[in-house]
Amino acid sequence: MADKPKKKTIRTIPQARTPVREQDPLERVRNFSEVSAGYRREDALIEAERCLVCPDQPCVAGCPVNINIPGFIQKIGQRDFRGAYDVITATNLLPAVCGRVCPQESQCEGVCTVGDTLEPVAIGRLERWVGDLAIQEGWANIPHIDPAPFKVGIVGSGPAGMACAADMVKAGCDVTVFEAFHQPGGVLRYGIPDFRLPNEVIDAEIRNLVKLGVKFECNTLVGRLFTIEQMLDEMGFDAVFIGTGAGYPAMLGIPGDSLNGVLSANELLTRCNLMRARDFPNYDTPLPPGRRVAVVGAGNTAMDAMRVCLRLGAERVSCIYRRSKAECPARAEEVHHAEQEGVEFHWLTNPVEVLGDGAGGVRGLRCVRMELGEPDASGRRRPVPIPGSEHEIETDLVVFAIGTNANPIMGQTSTLRLNARGYIETTDDLATSVAGVFAGGDIVTGAATVIEAMGAGRTAARNMKRYLGIRDPNAPYRPARPNGAGTLFGLDAREHNFIRVRE
Amino acid sequence: MSYQPSSFEIVSREDFSDVTYLLEVRHPLMSRAARPGQFVIVMSHERGERIPLTIADFSAERQTITLVIQAVGKTTKEMQQTCTAGTALYAVVGPMGVPSAFSSARKVLCVGGGLGVAPVFPQARGFKERGAYVISVLGFRTRALAFWLDKFAATCDEVILCTDDGSAGVTGNVTEGIRDAIARHPDIDECIAIGPPMMMRGSAEATRPHGIKTMVSLNPLMIDGTGMCGGCRVKVGGQVKFACVDGPDFDAHQVDFDDLTLRLHRFASQEQVAMHRWSEACRFKADALSS
Repeated sequence: MADKPKKKTIRTIPQARTPVREQDPLERVRNFSEVSAGYRREDALIEAERCLVCPDQPCVAGCPVNINIPGFIQKIGQRDFRGAYDVITATNLLPAVCGRVCPQESQCEGVCTVGDTLEPVAIGRLERWVGDLAIQEGWANIPHIDPAPFKVGIVGSGPAGMACAADMVKAGCDVTVFEAFHQPGGVLRYGIPDFRLPNEVIDAEIRNLVKLGVKFECNTLVGRLFTIEQMLDEMGFDAVFIGTGAGYPAMLGIPGDSLNGVLSANELLTRCNLMRARDFPNYDTPLPPGRRVAVVGAGNTAMDAMRVCLRLGAERVSCIYRRSKAECPARAEEVHHAEQEGVEFHWLTNPVEVLGDGAGGVRGLRCVRMELGEPDASGRRRPVPIPGSEHEIETDLVVFAIGTNANPIMGQTSTLRLNARGYIETTDDLATSVAGVFAGGDIVTGAATVIEAMGAGRTAARNMKRYLGIRDPNAPYRPARPNGAGTLFGLDAREHNFIRVRE
Repeated sequence: MSYQPSSFEIVSREDFSDVTYLLEVRHPLMSRAARPGQFVIVMSHERGERIPLTIADFSAERQTITLVIQAVGKTTKEMQQTCTAGTALYAVVGPMGVPSAFSSARKVLCVGGGLGVAPVFPQARGFKERGAYVISVLGFRTRALAFWLDKFAATCDEVILCTDDGSAGVTGNVTEGIRDAIARHPDIDECIAIGPPMMMRGSAEATRPHGIKTMVSLNPLMIDGTGMCGGCRVKVGGQVKFACVDGPDFDAHQVDFDDLTLRLHRFASQEQVAMHRWSEACRFKADALSS
């Protein structure tokens, strides 16, 4: 106890954010290796010094799964790296994934107290460092699990499904995750490219789930191979979580959008990432060739598509976005990386027609320039076309990444109530209209982020536990309120539950 | 890492000709879930591509589904060599797509062209089970390529065989057979046509003047088959539809077949590269074996 740590102030902490080593842009556009090398131990130790451990902890509230951020950063500072991993994994199963793909600037780092004066603490990079160290060291937190006599089915092995599976298996349930593709991981696998999230990281995180006892069944299209109702009635599942993702790309809806040189970013990314079309013909899946690529949209998916095209050898890649850079929904780091790599940004530009080459292919994209008018429902200023500003952009491949509509399979095959837009309707507890069935992630909210989907998976798990009557230490039991409020036939609804009675 | 609790064993194989072969795949769950009109996506090996194949038959009793495949590209030719009874496919997922809706039609024309003869069988059987009078029109290039004639004969009320070269049955393609059937049965309520785009277009044009409701099963390129990628989009009645989740059955009189044909050739040049490279490898292997 000789030297009690001095109280940190904004003046005493390292002033500059610790930089991270990255592959040189000219080098990396020729490979699919990860762009950011991540922190080294010494970088992490310096950056950890920058956290003030402020009493308000706005970062914790800013995190969709409320990671104890100052807690894990302090552990890094104390060189208790395993401890840091334990703190993170108490709430977030996938630190190596989230450290890489979360939009930290609009979440934890966006509200960081240090950020009021200096650059915010690099929380994402620290989280990733801890996650990578855990993979390297083979750490996995396998808590003591009290078995619970429940069987839980998870539909979709993406971030929402994985998060829900982790919580339910830790609650002692027998958990099976069903995936339609031949490999698990959902959007982490088919969507996010290797240079942003290497496959080894996904494999490691899934291995942890398997160690916890989660079973994965690939090649299983729930809804068609068996229905949600069959899972409950015939297959013995006590509860089901649906995290199938949004998955039905929105079309451009302009003339020429069905030409052969036009495809969704989802298709491009799935071919390249999951199906390894970039190694064609060593892998059998082909990719459409694109010398001059135009990507419509400016979200993370659009950034991924553009950067994939550069790596596949495109000479020029343009981003066509109808609003300005300020409204661009992608992670700041992705836009920055795309700019470094040579993507041409056409802000305030909207496509009006895809021009054919007469042989089924594409020769160009006719666009109009836009200006920002009054704010719309989303609070962003509505882009309006400038008359007479039509122009052509030369391109032979048009990729659209303008969002998704609801995937129809669950609606077609179950009695689940959907909302007007076709997404699954849920309560705030993420319970659907069918007892025992919960849903979360993009299939409920429409396209969002990995961490939001994980947050939804965890919320659903919390309520699923309550539904099954599993004691949840985070949701203490409170006795019934007076006058029978909150009771059903005089029984406390929280104490008892509505589990299906089976013969 | 493998997450495959089940393997997809090929329990039997039958060769209809040097290009057409049948694989019967063990899949107990799917054998019970499959309905006429649905399809599966198959990957023959880990590095393979995902190809959609219409389910030609299914038997809950045998716990199998049946696929009929034509060796046309690299993947299907390679499968013709490697997929023998006792081997297993790397991935089979399904049944995908909206099952065919069986209307209350009393007299139905089931038209199959080439490979499409296989998937039209469960449709013919389905209508027969519902008490309809079923006339099947089966078209092949030549007699040697014909298959399942006995199966159709046992199920349908009439079978009209057409061959392009006249080596069996009616000379000409299926539209000849359709015209013949319509001439003899003016009260046909519905037509189901499955086969190559040209054949389905021909069928649609043959029934259009008679106002006969005609359904076709579209088989564009697919990857996931779950609506996620939009690669299988088709134009139907001026609207964009995804064959994998909105179909694969559509009203033939609304389908834009030009668009379908064009989109089927999206990867023609890459397919050639793959095919060439594979045949070279095969030849090299054969040379090595013979020397």
